[in-house]
Amino acid sequence: MQAMQEATSNEVTANNEFLSFTLGKEEYGIDILKVQEIRGYDAVTVLANTPEFIKGVINLRGIIVPIVDMRIKFNLGNVTYDQLTVVIILNVAKRVVGMVVDGVSDVISLSSDQIKPAPEFGAALDTQYLMGLGTVDDRMLILVDIEKLMTSSDMELVNQSAA
Amino acid sequence: MTVDMSQFYQVFFEEVAEHLNAMESLLLGLDVNAPSIDDLNAIFRAAHSIKGGAGTFGFNDMTSVTHVLETLLDKLRKEELALRSAMIDAFLEAGDVLKAQLDAHQNGGDVDEAMIAGVCRKLEELSGPQAAPAKAKKAKKKAQAAASPRAPTCHRIEFSSDAGVSLDNLFAELANLGQLEIVENGAGQTPARWRLNLTSSASEAELQDTFSFFLQPEQLVFNKPAEASSEDQSYGFFTDIATPSTSEKEAQDDGYGFFTEIETPPKEDPGYGFFSEIEPPATPPLERSPGRRAADNPVLDAVKMGRRESDKVAVSPNADASTIRVNTDKVDLLINLVGELVITQAMLAQTTAHIDPVLHENLLNGMAQLERNTRDLQESVMSIRMMPISFVFSRFPRVVRDLANKLNKQIELKTLGEGTELDKGLIEKLADPLTHLVRNSIDHGIEMPEVRLAAGKDAKGSITLKAFHQGSNIIIEVNDNGAGLNREKILAKARERGLPVHDAMPDQEVWQLIFAPGFSTADVVTDVSGRGVGMDVVKRNIQEMGGQVEISSEQGHGSTISIRLPLTLAILDGMSIAVGGQIFIIPLTFISESLQPSTEDIKSISGQGTVVQVRGAYLPLVALHKVFNIHNAISEPERGILVLLEADGKKVALFVDELVGQHQVVLKSLEANYRKVPHVSGATIMGDGRVAMILDVASLVRIHQEPGMERRCA
Repeated sequence: MQAMQEATSNEVTANNEFLSFTLGKEEYGIDILKVQEIRGYDAVTVLANTPEFIKGVINLRGIIVPIVDMRIKFNLGNVTYDQLTVVIILNVAKRVVGMVVDGVSDVISLSSDQIKPAPEFGAALDTQYLMGLGTVDDRMLILVDIEKLMTSSDMELVNQSAA
Repeated sequence: MTVDMSQFYQVFFEEVAEHLNAMESLLLGLDVNAPSIDDLNAIFRAAHSIKGGAGTFGFNDMTSVTHVLETLLDKLRKEELALRSAMIDAFLEAGDVLKAQLDAHQNGGDVDEAMIAGVCRKLEELSGPQAAPAKAKKAKKKAQAAASPRAPTCHRIEFSSDAGVSLDNLFAELANLGQLEIVENGAGQTPARWRLNLTSSASEAELQDTFSFFLQPEQLVFNKPAEASSEDQSYGFFTDIATPSTSEKEAQDDGYGFFTEIETPPKEDPGYGFFSEIEPPATPPLERSPGRRAADNPVLDAVKMGRRESDKVAVSPNADASTIRVNTDKVDLLINLVGELVITQAMLAQTTAHIDPVLHENLLNGMAQLERNTRDLQESVMSIRMMPISFVFSRFPRVVRDLANKLNKQIELKTLGEGTELDKGLIEKLADPLTHLVRNSIDHGIEMPEVRLAAGKDAKGSITLKAFHQGSNIIIEVNDNGAGLNREKILAKARERGLPVHDAMPDQEVWQLIFAPGFSTADVVTDVSGRGVGMDVVKRNIQEMGGQVEISSEQGHGSTISIRLPLTLAILDGMSIAVGGQIFIIPLTFISESLQPSTEDIKSISGQGTVVQVRGAYLPLVALHKVFNIHNAISEPERGILVLLEADGKKVALFVDELVGQHQVVLKSLEANYRKVPHVSGATIMGDGRVAMILDVASLVRIHQEPGMERRCA
């Protein structure tokens, strides 16, 4: 709440609000506007001949949504599926994609001076997908450009022109 | 105040496109020797609506073209000129110009000015043989100027009316026309006698027209106008100025719908065409010939009656067209929502299937009703997307006519089953392949008239377009009674191109050769066809729509190409099958049969995979669990089920664990949020809310031709 007030006093736009989630011990943040909803993990329909981190597709109120498990993709956290497993449904590049994470913490507002450029190491993600590192009190948030990540060829979610 | 008109442009563009299409089809349907007045009226109305719309939106280039077009049409519908085929050509050209202009406005770009001028000149020449184009324009202007404001004249009118007839409306109308003075009020008398003085710029005939709504002609007496204006007396003569219709039409636009007929000159009028450049008021006053009135009246009535009916249609185009324009996105959303409803209903049905029917009778009754209503709702929502195939067929009269003229062939086009409905999405995609097939039939199928006569056939060839439903498919046939396909020629050509052919090939396979890319048997490459580009594209387009193309042909008697399409892209009849606990859907159209093989029917060819013997034929075996890497599936074919699939003339046996059931499934795109998955054409949502993949049969039957897949999948 204090952070919120700070944010408004600094005239930060909504663009600087981040949803934080955890993968293993690392805490990540993504632009809140890319998040459509958060839901539990349902039974997925597996897709043949796909990498392991693409769990399959689910029926989200009539649309077919692929589910990726970030824990598998980045080798973080315990890959278990139970009632506490969380799926963040993202709306990126006019697509709807679900991603499985260890847990969702909260929504955090960051002013631009709280965001530091990312060093060349430190996360399981390639730095090209990082927007920077955010600091809130003693927590460090790895801010991910989720749109760039999800549309990248690494995730194998989008038809690649070469493929 | 400025209103942003551009927001209405799209509506205008669509409307004009519709009008142009209507005009074209009517023109093509016209019998040059005995044109139907109704049709001419309809064409005129279409042109007039385009002009009105173009004027409103400030597309003056379109207005001017429609204007000349209208001028000529108006003369035709009033039977001042006889229809000639040259006119139809000119009209069609004008239609093309309008289309080009419309396109230019819609998408940007320029229209060839010379073409516009050429068409306008042609139309003007046709509409007034005496008037040179430049002069015609001038005369038009003068006529316009002369027609609108006329000096008011005082009419003395006497009439008797039957008691009880309300004349309030009549007086209101008359008051609109000018200054009305009631000299003798007949109200209360029987029979009521009335005397009126009306000072109006309307002519006597116009007044008669007004009265004719309320009174019989014999009840009405017109006394000579108090001041006979020169204009009125000389009337009969200058109706024939070069472009009278222009003035009439202008007047119509201004809302004087009444006097247009009156100016219709009697055919026998001697003055025809002489006064093209004379301004009406300049004509010396002449005694009105008594013969004119006598001759005119019956004509007048007849025309009047004919006009009234058509007028009503023209005035209220929205009243009889009970359609609304809806954005297709909205329709698609509706269809999606109904799809959801169907799924929810299926889920409920599954849940309630286990409950005690005695304890929950009401609930189960409700469920039954829900099921019925959902099904009805789904059907009617799906029918929104359905359009009659005449939307595609209607373009062909023009194609055939143009092409036949170009090639000097005589061809008659017949269309059957235009009312057959199919999905709008399919209709749009069908236009190109079908055009190609028709062009092919005209160019290669139908022979030259002399050749036909020599073969003992009618000089006039015929092409038949036919559409009909067969099960959940729609079949569209392009049939010609031309030369038919030449088996030897195709085989020779195929050998030349190094295709694997032999003489004993069945006809069906030979015909399929013409779908090979770059295949053409045409002796001469024309600009119409024969380059060998096309049939392969046709086939690909049809296949993309989930359809098939078949050919049957008999040498010397013609050929028929049938396109078989699913009724809609959104719903599909499918067989659900299970492999290792996963459910897949196979489109029913591709399944020819399913069977449980015995061990001795399964043969393996070393290094080549497995085949299965079905009634003497060996079919390649495709194991679905290997294609999709499913581990806990049945691995021995004799313990599972073989589903025989047929696509593109190829057959394979698909090995699955078990058949689950037959469903109607709603197609969902997998690529909207994900990417293309090999051997899967889409996904659907099953009754339990889970997602099931729909198999891409066309790619499964080709699986053995893919390098590297051979050993994995068999």
